Amino acid sequence: MIDAPVLSVKSLSVAFGSHTAVRDLSFDIRSGETLALVGESGSGKSATALSVLRLIEREGGRISQGEIWLGSKQAVDLARLSDREMQVYRGNRISMIFQEPMTSLNPVMRIGEQLGEVLRRHQGLSRAAARTAAEQALARVRVPDPGRRLEQYPHELSGGLRQRVMIAIALACRPDVLIADEPTTALDVTTQAEVLKLLKNLQKEIGMAILFITHDMGAVGEIADRVVVMRHGNTEEVASTRALFKAPQSSYARDLMRATPRLGHSPLRPQVPLVEPVLKVEGLSKSFARSDGFLRPKVRVPAVNNVSLDIRPGETLGLVGESGCGKSTLSRALMRLIEPDAGRVILAGRELTGLCPRRLQEARANVQMVFQDPFASLNPRMRVRDLITEPAFLHKGISGKERTEMAENLLEKVTLDPAAADRYPHQFSGGQRQRLCLARALSVSPKVIIADEAVSALDVSTAARVTRLMQEIQERDGIAFLFISHDIAVIERISHRVAVMFRGEIVETGETAQVLHAPRHEYTQRLLASVPRPLPHAVSFEDIPEPVQFAQPSARAVRDQHYTAA
Amino acid sequence: MTLYVLRTLAKMALTLLTIITLVFFAARLSGSPLDTFLGDGLTEEDRALMIEYFGLERSVWHQYIAYLRGILDGNFGLSFMERRPVAEIVAERIGPSLQLLGSAIALTLAVSVPLGVVAALWRDSWVGSAVMALAFTGYAVPNFVIATFMVLIFAFVLNWLPVVGNGTALHFIMPTIAMSGVLIAALTRFTRNAMLDVLGQDFMRTARAKGLPETVVILKHGLRNAGVTVLSVLGLQIAGMAAAGNVVIEAIFSWPGIGELLVSAAIIRDYPVLQFGVIAVAFAVVTINALTDIAYVIADPRIRMAKG
Repeated sequence: MIDAPVLSVKSLSVAFGSHTAVRDLSFDIRSGETLALVGESGSGKSATALSVLRLIEREGGRISQGEIWLGSKQAVDLARLSDREMQVYRGNRISMIFQEPMTSLNPVMRIGEQLGEVLRRHQGLSRAAARTAAEQALARVRVPDPGRRLEQYPHELSGGLRQRVMIAIALACRPDVLIADEPTTALDVTTQAEVLKLLKNLQKEIGMAILFITHDMGAVGEIADRVVVMRHGNTEEVASTRALFKAPQSSYARDLMRATPRLGHSPLRPQVPLVEPVLKVEGLSKSFARSDGFLRPKVRVPAVNNVSLDIRPGETLGLVGESGCGKSTLSRALMRLIEPDAGRVILAGRELTGLCPRRLQEARANVQMVFQDPFASLNPRMRVRDLITEPAFLHKGISGKERTEMAENLLEKVTLDPAAADRYPHQFSGGQRQRLCLARALSVSPKVIIADEAVSALDVSTAARVTRLMQEIQERDGIAFLFISHDIAVIERISHRVAVMFRGEIVETGETAQVLHAPRHEYTQRLLASVPRPLPHAVSFEDIPEPVQFAQPSARAVRDQHYTAA
Repeated sequence: MTLYVLRTLAKMALTLLTIITLVFFAARLSGSPLDTFLGDGLTEEDRALMIEYFGLERSVWHQYIAYLRGILDGNFGLSFMERRPVAEIVAERIGPSLQLLGSAIALTLAVSVPLGVVAALWRDSWVGSAVMALAFTGYAVPNFVIATFMVLIFAFVLNWLPVVGNGTALHFIMPTIAMSGVLIAALTRFTRNAMLDVLGQDFMRTARAKGLPETVVILKHGLRNAGVTVLSVLGLQIAGMAAAGNVVIEAIFSWPGIGELLVSAAIIRDYPVLQFGVIAVAFAVVTINALTDIAYVIADPRIRMAKG
């Protein structure tokens, strides 16, 4: 294309107080083109997005230098506009969608009103005309039954639908530029794939330029034409997507590519010897009672249905499935944090189900958990020493000097400075905190560790370091891991065996290579097809089948150790 | 929704029965009415006559059952003092009380919501601090203190405002301010906190990204969300004011409302008036609470869903 760029950022610097978040950043985007801004947290990519929309001042930052030119013919420098002048452009010629579809819509306003107000403001439409236009806008983003949606509130829609509504709002006035700030990060893989496909189609239709902000190299490969790699506010590399994936020039881009788990690119872990499983789950079921209203009959909704699995010492079983499939309920039910309705859990030869509270307490020392949110799962008022040795204190009664010694040992084990024992959790980064959680789990020398989305909230390179650490500890101490994740590529990297969960049931289980490279169950195949691959345009989204209803599973052996729901 | 309203009504009825029972027995614990308003010149004969006339010779339990029966028939008894139906007496007093309550609520909303929003928006500047300092001071000063000082300054020293009765619009000024003082302070704080909460939400950023002017962002998207929280607090506060505030304030300003009636009835032990007065206030409180609940459900669609 020989068009002039529609958005041109020239040596932009953004500062928060004395801290520089973005330094001397320049890029151009043309109509119909997608530029990805890639980097880990703290790289300045979101600060850039907010600066282009001039919302950065609201977040306490300021543009300290540079120009932001919008438009190819009569270009304006957005960096020079007042807030009042900027209002004409925002939501009109340049608009934005955000990461969290669950919280980005106003909870007390109907969808129709939230969508219609953009049209009324920028296009001067009457209430009635805005309504018609809003319905069309919803239809354009393929929201089923758009007329009814106008009357609904955000909480009545799923995450994927809400993100579609956000896209409809952003594109209502057919902007020249759409900024998408991690628009798919909070969504399930299959929904993620649908939203990316939708954005691509809408781009063809409307012809807007997209500034796509992400830390996910997979999404970059799917959608971007060119990439800007950022780190600590600096531009590390600018390249076409193809060139970047083929041969990244900067060392940071190479590290980033290496840290990104790619489906089918991880060396398989050798299977562990076939010994007696350390954790055996048989026919575990848990359902929750839900009532749709006062005096209406309660319905039992099965969250986990007849799940059986086992893990051998030193083995990692990857449990994969989308949000709401029952993964977390399963992990809580098997520790009896919630009481299962049926089934047996045998841990190290001892049946947990049916134990009295006191004995259960003792037995629980053998299973420890690491949770998703490293910020919420550490008590901010406790010192690291007390935090990470608390399970040992509760189960084994160690105290005083022993506790300090143990804390130092544990910190060393998770490759943190032993001198950190006196600090508080807020002094650590996300990855370091997740190591503290791991250290805490290790304090009672458990036989099994349940890691529930333990690296999902971390940057790719941090996540890679934490999973590597888990593997090292596993190989040294022979701990079994139940590794729960929605990210199949991470699962592939760390698991010996994989179990695929769908609507409360295990639909397929077997060795990692077999399940992920030769999936038998339709759902597994669909899940794998949705995974964005960091190879540009390797998979066509046209192939994703619609959701299907699966029959009740009764396990069927496909081959040795590989089962699917029949 | 209908079921939700029905459930609320059932709760109201139960609350009222409890209050009727408590008031009935509490009044009788305070002593006999004959001692207070018949004076010393009473012969044994007169006394017996009076006891029979008021039905005081029967056991307390009999009286209680008879009283409940009466209520079911819509008969709340006769005033010992005035010898006419208490319903009639209370009815005369409801109007002035509601007028005072209404003007206090209006003043509260008109002052505290804008103040709260201002305090939230300018939280880091002296404006926000000044508003909050005022609010905390207002919260610490009881309404009768405000009332007394106002009477002293505006009525006795400056001679600008009338003190006794409810004859003119000028009569409303001091009681209204005295009644809403604490409420304004409390509601300003709640509005500020609710607003601060909302200001940090993602959807506010979305609203700005749409290109809406700041006033629309704050007043439409912000206040509407903060309003849900404020509403629930407002209901509780008004109920409290209806119950306690007006007794003191009406007594100070000789306002011919229910509060003032209750005080005098308690002093002369006019049981039927006292009982029915308390029931009327309790009814008002319970109604306000129920209305708040329902308004809350209407204001927040998420709760509407949950309650069906």
